[in-house]
Amino acid sequence: MEKFYTILKYTFITLWTVFIVAPFLWAVSTSFKDFQSVNSKVTYIPWLDFEPTLEGWRVLVKSPARGGVDIVEPYFNSIFVTCTASLISIVLGTLAAYALSRFTFKAGFVRNNDITFFFISQRIMPPIVLSIPFFIFLSTIGLLDSLLGLVVVYIVLLMPIAVWIMVDFFNRVPKELDETALIDGCNPYQAFYKVVLPNSIPGLIVAGMFCIIFGWIDFFFAFILTFTEVQLLPVKVVALNSSITPWWSLSASALVSVAPLIIVAFVVERYLSKGNLSGALK
Amino acid sequence: MNFKHKFVFLFPGLFVLIGILIFPIIFTIRLSLSGWNSYTPEMNFIGITNYIRLFTDDPRFWESFFRLSFLSVTTVILQYIIGFALALMVWREIKFKRFFRVIFLIPMMTTPVIMTVIWRTFFHESLGPLNDLLGRVGVEPILWLSDPVIAKFTVIIVEVWQWTPFMFLLLLAGLLSLPKEPFLAAAIDGASPFRKFVYVTFPLMAPISIGAIIIRLIEASKIMDTVFVLTSGGPGTSTETSSFYIYIKGLREFQMGYAATLSFTYLVIMIISLTIIAKVLTKLMIKE
Repeated sequence: MEKFYTILKYTFITLWTVFIVAPFLWAVSTSFKDFQSVNSKVTYIPWLDFEPTLEGWRVLVKSPARGGVDIVEPYFNSIFVTCTASLISIVLGTLAAYALSRFTFKAGFVRNNDITFFFISQRIMPPIVLSIPFFIFLSTIGLLDSLLGLVVVYIVLLMPIAVWIMVDFFNRVPKELDETALIDGCNPYQAFYKVVLPNSIPGLIVAGMFCIIFGWIDFFFAFILTFTEVQLLPVKVVALNSSITPWWSLSASALVSVAPLIIVAFVVERYLSKGNLSGALK
Repeated sequence: MNFKHKFVFLFPGLFVLIGILIFPIIFTIRLSLSGWNSYTPEMNFIGITNYIRLFTDDPRFWESFFRLSFLSVTTVILQYIIGFALALMVWREIKFKRFFRVIFLIPMMTTPVIMTVIWRTFFHESLGPLNDLLGRVGVEPILWLSDPVIAKFTVIIVEVWQWTPFMFLLLLAGLLSLPKEPFLAAAIDGASPFRKFVYVTFPLMAPISIGAIIIRLIEASKIMDTVFVLTSGGPGTSTETSSFYIYIKGLREFQMGYAATLSFTYLVIMIISLTIIAKVLTKLMIKE
């Protein structure tokens, strides 16, 4: 019985791993192909099935004028928008989360939990509902098709995540910590800045990673709110998909686009195994 | 502590969020009462005409809504079962534990649309590897993207691939935070692994499970990226979800007023149904 269970477990884990890795392997293989090896029959293993070329990777850095796809600029746009919006969300979200975790608010029937819920519930908002008014709003103030406009929109996407993770985190940081600091003569801001923040670094890292993930993988807002002036990475790659771009450069650009966040998986796992994530995600 | 300070902490975030959101929401409601389209791009007032049209003369919206419900509920159930199984398997010591944990997390770090671009080549009916490999073991080519029924399952496969890791992460984080005592007690009583799961692990995990399911349902109800790239709602309208239909009405046909009506109705339905689901799940899973 025990043995049967072990076999079952390893079979399942292996199958799932194959399922997860399959599209990546296929993309890596495709990125080294040329016209012949994509369009004649399905090929898998370089050298054995087909002769690999580097063409798919070379076009990534060429300018469009010379037949390239140039994903360098969208790459930096994506990094800028994601990081700026994450940073603003984390700063504002952490302050709000600290307030919600330490003080009591009362306004009519509104209590702390209701305010927290208000923050988090913004995730329920389907992007399409926001995108039409944002489209008109940003075009009125002239921020359509600009990086700044996107940052503003992304704050709505990311701040709920920051508040969600940080409220739970601060709830587990002992209150005695700030009380001691206050008795020692700090004002509330110093207590927060000098005592609570340094003890919240794991929480901040987790919140930061989640903001970066959900900022980086967003497609819809970038797709609706930008056209030609600024392009974000996902929009660029999808635009390649709908045009006549060959599969090899498509695969290469897709791989380059998803690569940086895979490193985040290692960081998340580290925090998970150390136990820092357990309370932060509830 | 002085009451003034707490507002200094709370207000910047709260007001930025409200400031960004208040305009779009009021604007959507006002827009939904107008006939803004490409012929008359202006904020006129036509009362509840749009709402009457939606409730009496637009089966396509309701079909897309039921399709969305089917897709999101199915994917979330699958994600929950698979995610829970995976989390249980790498919870305790096994070989290469950390390696598998990383592998299981990777898909949620990748951009859905970009991975879907790859999935599209993967599911390609004549040049994709899947039909080719199936063909080698004697299976007839499957119309992954052009058959109205199968295309739904293709979307489900991609969604499960993409988001099971998130469920896995939330559930594993939950498992790792469980107290040790109940498990010791069960071990002393000599409970079988199955009974241990039913009577100890599952009840302890119920609150975390509910949280994870609700979070995933919220995110799944926004299914759009995958459909957009994989099938563009097709073939026909067989994989069209509510968001995608609103997108077509609003930003392709430029019936802004009507699209706003759809948006607002959709949002209200979402909030009500998610609240009900949360209540029902809590009732079902927490017995006490």
